[in-house]
Amino acid sequence: MGWMSQWLFSSVGRKWVMAVTGLFLCTFLVVHLSGNLLTLIPDEGKTFNAFAHFMSHNWIIRFLEVVLFSGFLLHIIQGLVLMVRNRKSRPVRYAVHAAAPSVSWSSLNMGLLGTLLLVFLVVHVGDFFVESRFTPEKLGTDAQGYVNLYAEVVHSFSSLPYTLFYVLAMVALGFHLWHGFQSAFRSLGLMHSRYTPAVIWTGKVYTVVITAGFLFIPLYWYFMQL
Amino acid sequence: MRLTLKVWRQKNSQDKGRFEVYHLNDLDEHASFLEMFDVLNEQLIREGKDPVAFDHDCREGICGMCSMVINGRPHGPLTHNTTCQLHLRHFRDGETITVEPWRASAFPVIKDLVVDRSAFDRIIAAGGFISVNTGQAVEANSILVPKENADQAMNAAVCIGCGACVAACKNASAMLFVAAKVSHLSLLPQGEPERYRRVKNMVAQMDKEGFGACTNTNACEAACPKGISVTHIARLNREYLKATFLQEE
Ligand code: HEM
Ligand code: FES
Repeated sequence: MGWMSQWLFSSVGRKWVMAVTGLFLCTFLVVHLSGNLLTLIPDEGKTFNAFAHFMSHNWIIRFLEVVLFSGFLLHIIQGLVLMVRNRKSRPVRYAVHAAAPSVSWSSLNMGLLGTLLLVFLVVHVGDFFVESRFTPEKLGTDAQGYVNLYAEVVHSFSSLPYTLFYVLAMVALGFHLWHGFQSAFRSLGLMHSRYTPAVIWTGKVYTVVITAGFLFIPLYWYFMQL
Repeated sequence: MRLTLKVWRQKNSQDKGRFEVYHLNDLDEHASFLEMFDVLNEQLIREGKDPVAFDHDCREGICGMCSMVINGRPHGPLTHNTTCQLHLRHFRDGETITVEPWRASAFPVIKDLVVDRSAFDRIIAAGGFISVNTGQAVEANSILVPKENADQAMNAAVCIGCGACVAACKNASAMLFVAAKVSHLSLLPQGEPERYRRVKNMVAQMDKEGFGACTNTNACEAACPKGISVTHIARLNREYLKATFLQEE
């Protein structure tokens, strides 16, 4: 197994791990956003709560949840390791630093954006996931007898600071994806004059759609409750 | 033309170093950036001071010695250019220019603007070569190379090893340098025998020297005086994967 670890612990392999976990998280975001959009259905959360119930009781989903947590963990640990190592590679900073115009702000700030996302994740998982999974009695149930996560979501976004925190985090997510999506393909070695333009284009559309979706929900619920 | 220079001065690798400010008057706007340093050094010698140490050799953009970060950009503000080919007419009269050495833990400062780039030599020694028989050169056309491969290999082979990619990268990563060599030789039949060993050994040496990993910012490509493309980095990533999974034990 020496050959495996030589690869995985090299700077090339570490980026491969970042890319695989990053793209996996990108697919997760699609599922997550689809679920969140159900809160917009005007049925007092019936559909959303039923969906949440399904997600927390189906055993395939429960298994994927473990994969998801491992994916997050790997991405975060590897991201932090890379940040530390990359910093050590330049112990003395430049007095003047001017990035070339072709270098995107997002690409230069992946670590900062990731750290913001990490802070958000801790709060977010603590608020919704842990509560609905481990202390559901606190949330009460809806007419169908399912845990009323819908009420909790709607209530959370009646607070301005909380909504702003979400908005900030989603903007960070947008920038993270703006660079990350296409960057991941290159880390995997997938770059080709014929396909790369399509990858870049897909990444931009994906990022705009996902970010707009995740931004819309907290803002919608905040303004609905003004 | 008048210019103010803020130049990094450092006696040796142990010295902490600091910026010194120099005022130069009567400069010819068609003088090169290095000629300006010649003028400065003559002035310093006349004043009995220590001249600024800087690397240079060919002064025609092919040796890759002239390493200076000028106003935050390796080799200065122009694209596809080396410091020795940068002329003062690209600056404003009276401008203040900050000049720093390449900054990377793998490129320690020897003196002033001169850094030790032997880490690059060790990476090349780890695998950036092909095996050939000595003696008479073989007939050039006996091994056929597709034109597309030759073009791409040439885009990588133009590397002059200056280290601007490392200097420009926020991670001080040497990926463009290493990728250029790996890609160049993996595109040609002559590189085939050492193909798998080369990429693994060169990346291992790169990591050992303390260069950072690649975040795909493209800062390296923008700073490269030869315009070497980041597509070579993708090819290195691919080559590494192949070497890992396909190399026979
Ligand atoms: C849903 C959340 C997230 C998604 C979808 C995501 C996605 C991605 C993608 C696709 C990349 C590009 C990988 C590559 O260049 O090969 C990336 C890079 C990165 N991510 Fe995330 N990420 C997420 C959360 C996080 C978190 C919480 C952190 C916290 C540390 C983080 C830190 C990083 C860092 C530091 C990089 C850049 C690594 C480098 O190129 O040096 N990410 N992310
Ligand atoms: S001195 Fe040779 S490239 Fe500048």
